[in-house]
Amino acid sequence: MSTATFSPSPSTAPPSHSKHAEKDGAAGRNRIGLRANLRHIGAFTRRNVMQIKQDPESMLDVVLMPVVFTLLFVFVFGGSVGQSLGGDSDSYVNYVVPGLMAMLGMNVAMAVGSGVNDDFRTGSMDRFRTMPIARSSVLIAKIVVELGRMLIAITILLGVGFALGLEIKTSVLALLASVGLSAAFGSSLMWIFILLGLTMRTTQAVQGMAMMVLMPLQFGSSIFAPPSSMPGWLQAFTDYNPLSNLADAARGLISGGPVAHAAGMTLAWAGAITLITAPLAVAKFRRST
Amino acid sequence: MTRIDTSPEAGPPAIRVRGLVKHYGGTKALDGVDLDVSEGTVLGVLGPNGAGKTTLVRCLSTLELPDAGTALVAGCDVVNDPRRLRRIIGLTGQYASVDGKLSGWENLYMIGRLLDLSRKDARRRAEEMLERFSLTEAAKRPAMQYSGGMRRRLDLAASMIGQPAVLYLDEPTTGLDPRTRKEVWAEVQRMVGEGVTVLLTTQYMEEAEQLASELAVIDRGKVVATGGVDELKAKVGGRTLKIRPSDPSQLSAMQRAVAQSGLDGIAGAHAAVEECLLYVPILHDEHLTSVITLLGTRGFGISHIGTHLPSLDEVFLAITGQKSTSVPSDEPADRASDTLPEEVAA
Repeated sequence: MSTATFSPSPSTAPPSHSKHAEKDGAAGRNRIGLRANLRHIGAFTRRNVMQIKQDPESMLDVVLMPVVFTLLFVFVFGGSVGQSLGGDSDSYVNYVVPGLMAMLGMNVAMAVGSGVNDDFRTGSMDRFRTMPIARSSVLIAKIVVELGRMLIAITILLGVGFALGLEIKTSVLALLASVGLSAAFGSSLMWIFILLGLTMRTTQAVQGMAMMVLMPLQFGSSIFAPPSSMPGWLQAFTDYNPLSNLADAARGLISGGPVAHAAGMTLAWAGAITLITAPLAVAKFRRST
Repeated sequence: MTRIDTSPEAGPPAIRVRGLVKHYGGTKALDGVDLDVSEGTVLGVLGPNGAGKTTLVRCLSTLELPDAGTALVAGCDVVNDPRRLRRIIGLTGQYASVDGKLSGWENLYMIGRLLDLSRKDARRRAEEMLERFSLTEAAKRPAMQYSGGMRRRLDLAASMIGQPAVLYLDEPTTGLDPRTRKEVWAEVQRMVGEGVTVLLTTQYMEEAEQLASELAVIDRGKVVATGGVDELKAKVGGRTLKIRPSDPSQLSAMQRAVAQSGLDGIAGAHAAVEECLLYVPILHDEHLTSVITLLGTRGFGISHIGTHLPSLDEVFLAITGQKSTSVPSDEPADRASDTLPEEVAA
């Protein structure tokens, strides 16, 4: 309700404090005030950033994946796929980079699952739960940080792409829109991985399970090659694969071409995934915390 | 400290637990626990592994909902008033719950911010706590590089950031070496000196003896005995005086002489012929003088004399009928150098 219901600091004079406490108690399930909530999310975000700082290897996926994948696909498949697209490896850059953008969102989102899982296996969560904070702030901070990681990965991807001859044939605004679309879809996927992270017993199991989901989605899509040469049943799959939709939308936004249908499909997918898995993940989180 | 609504003289106990029950599937982790902890005191909850100690702490710190019963902590109901309760309590668990990847300072600063301190206050408080728990030098290092004792101290510091009125210490020294354990004890004693109410669970008799003023022995989810440390010992029979006559043949004569003295509870005196020792239960210190004087005036020669106070291990054995699970190396030093524990517990 109002922000007045959280009591500001333990060092407040005793009389006013007990009044606050009474109000808090009377309010029962009253939520933590918005400002306090933002402060808690900020504290957890800082924690996650500090964890990364202490363990820089955890950024390897974000830094290396875009570089390795772009180089690999452009130089290995660029020639042949580029030719079949009616150009050379240069035109493949414009094909594959938007596709990789879709893929990165998914791969980075995966890490959130192991992070949530880690928190539960160590005693951290217990301490947070005995504190007067909204539990969801732990999850929200995780998502904020993963979004940041996602944007770094996409920036590096675009950097490598430009070095290899990526051309923006539309506008910077359209490019930003494609980044935003990828981030939006990636965030919706985070809920799936949070759900996995809360369900699986070990971090390794989370990663194994995530790979099982990721691989067919990634390769059975229009990310790396146009589906027109694929068998009919696979084309049917790729048509509805949200990664194809996202890749096609990003392609349209960067190189020009139809966007509306693919972007609409992507947003529909993102919305549907969030609507279904976010409540499940939050419920699971409530129960297990 | 400043967080308790009740004034010390008028207030109800800081912790009041009645009929607390918690099931996990078919097992009753808590089977109707009743407890009272007065403000500013330490209650030691003593019990072997699986007795329900941790479940009790989890219920009292809002981590688990009890299935039945009530628990009031500083006037807050753990079920109906968890949000208010969380502003009052601190918890240091069995496994240090500090974030290993964060520095000591970052850990404490984060807790301060989560407790709604301003940036400035959170910084100041973190530094105060580091100083107080002798961690200032290690402040910038990630906690995973800390020794076990340092991690535990950081954990205690984190629990103290919010100046809790009630602190739960769930086996705070499990897995620590004896020297580090003593460090942690000193810190706990200091916090108690500042007026914090502490509920301490432990498997170590020595720890309970060191820190707690009152004890509750818990076994299979039930409180099987409560009382002061001395009270519990008295329940098991108090102190025993051991006397060895210089002439072994006089043992039974000595026993008769003592038994006829008419002192309280002295009829329980018994002779152990093989060891050539006379065991005399002593309920009051002045009886020690009486017994020795009596033997002197009757002209008995004495070659050895000693007293034995039952250790809490023995108290536990006597109450629950099972051995406590403390690790051999951690067992308290036997108070009577040459007495086997079984002699007294029997």
